[in-house]
Amino acid sequence: MCITCGCGTDEAHIVKDGHNHPENHHTHHHGHTHSHSHGHDHHHVQDRLLHLEKDVLHENALLAERNRGYFDAKEIVAINLVSSPGSGKTMLLECTLKDLKEDLSFCVIEGDQQTSLDADRIKATGTNAVQINTGKGCHLDAHMVLHAVQELKPKENSVLFIENVGNLVCPSMFDLGENQRVVIMSVTEGDDKPIKYPDMFHTSGVCIINKTDLLPYVPFDMDKAIENARKINPELQFFPVSCTTGEGLGEWYNWLKKQVRHLQTA
Amino acid sequence: MHELSIVLNIIDIAEKEAKKADAASISAIELSIGKLSTIEPVAFDFAWKHGVKNSMLEHARRITNYIDGKGRCNKCSTEFLMEALYQPCPQCGDYFSEIIEGKELQIKSLRIEEKIET
Ligand SMILES: Nc1nc2c(ncn2[C@@H]2O[C@H](COP(=O)(O)OP(=O)(O)O)[C@@H](O)[C@H]2O)c(=O)[nH]1
Ligand SMILES: [Mg+2]
Ligand SMILES: [Zn+2]
Ligand SMILES: [Zn+2]
Ligand SMILES: [Zn+2]
Ligand SMILES: [Zn+2]
Repeated sequence: MCITCGCGTDEAHIVKDGHNHPENHHTHHHGHTHSHSHGHDHHHVQDRLLHLEKDVLHENALLAERNRGYFDAKEIVAINLVSSPGSGKTMLLECTLKDLKEDLSFCVIEGDQQTSLDADRIKATGTNAVQINTGKGCHLDAHMVLHAVQELKPKENSVLFIENVGNLVCPSMFDLGENQRVVIMSVTEGDDKPIKYPDMFHTSGVCIINKTDLLPYVPFDMDKAIENARKINPELQFFPVSCTTGEGLGEWYNWLKKQVRHLQTA
Repeated sequence: MHELSIVLNIIDIAEKEAKKADAASISAIELSIGKLSTIEPVAFDFAWKHGVKNSMLEHARRITNYIDGKGRCNKCSTEFLMEALYQPCPQCGDYFSEIIEGKELQIKSLRIEEKIET
């Protein structure tokens, strides 16, 4: 039994099939089976209107607040990494984990629809990681993260990276309880990406523009990309980087270290 | 297709509330969906059709109110119809605005049929 979320199961379902609980939510029975031998006149049903005014994502919001409370209490910096497939989330993590090994303590939650390839890449750097396979689900939610965190047991003062499923629409709606949302776009994707996926850029605090080593070969206008993103989110902070050459990663690392120090002194 | 997971969330909440109220069935559901909530109406209709099968909402009538986006400029406080997140203030041209309506994703009400035993 999961005490925190009351879902009646342990973490097994998280790893296997995402947000579907084993106890089937969608079966039910109507318990009206008495016989009609008694000779009275009655109505079986009566209409009633229930005013709910309830947010559809209310439950996710509650669990996200729990996660955030846990992270705050343990001074963990939780970072939700979002992007289209192939923008370089996993490679950015590989670089960061290797380069900052001596400076910070890390662990990683890997979201993927099918495989555990990314988690294997992370584990190869010597970092503790768990894989969540979402199956058909195109995003992580706060409940999955809660169970993954129970399994990972991140240390105090550490950085928890959460690599979301490669998708720029749907993960924008699901708060995981993270302290920072970081959106990655790569120069091969076009400078109009922010305009096409405004919600993700609107809800992120940091934007990494990856694969700058390819700038000579693609028609990507860096100033225009930043201008487009700022129209949606004037407060967004930008880090142009190349994970292949290492260019620009230093500034991203400094930002990361500042987040940890900020929590410690807050 | 996050619309499907939104539909499944709606079913979950509706069934829980209906059971709490000891309902035999749900005859109608009213939703409010903001036009800036990332829900795409066509995809949502499709997800609904498939998602509600074998649930208490399978035969429920659905009333969906789509709510216009409304922004308030952080600079000059003008309120304006917001059709996209990157729309500048029509008064001063600034992009720094707050969304005050259009992000809704709510179940407004359920019409249930109660079991009555006599
Ligand atoms: N040229 C170039 N390729 C990169 C860079 N970063 C990542 N890649 C490549 O892009 C592909 C996708 O990277 P990956 O980290 O798996 O992306 P993810 O799907 O966002 O996790 C891989 O083939 C990487 O080698 C970069 O800075 N420059
Ligand atoms: Mg990856
Ligand atoms: Zn649970
Ligand atoms: Zn009877
Ligand atoms: Zn999704
Ligand atoms: Zn204005």
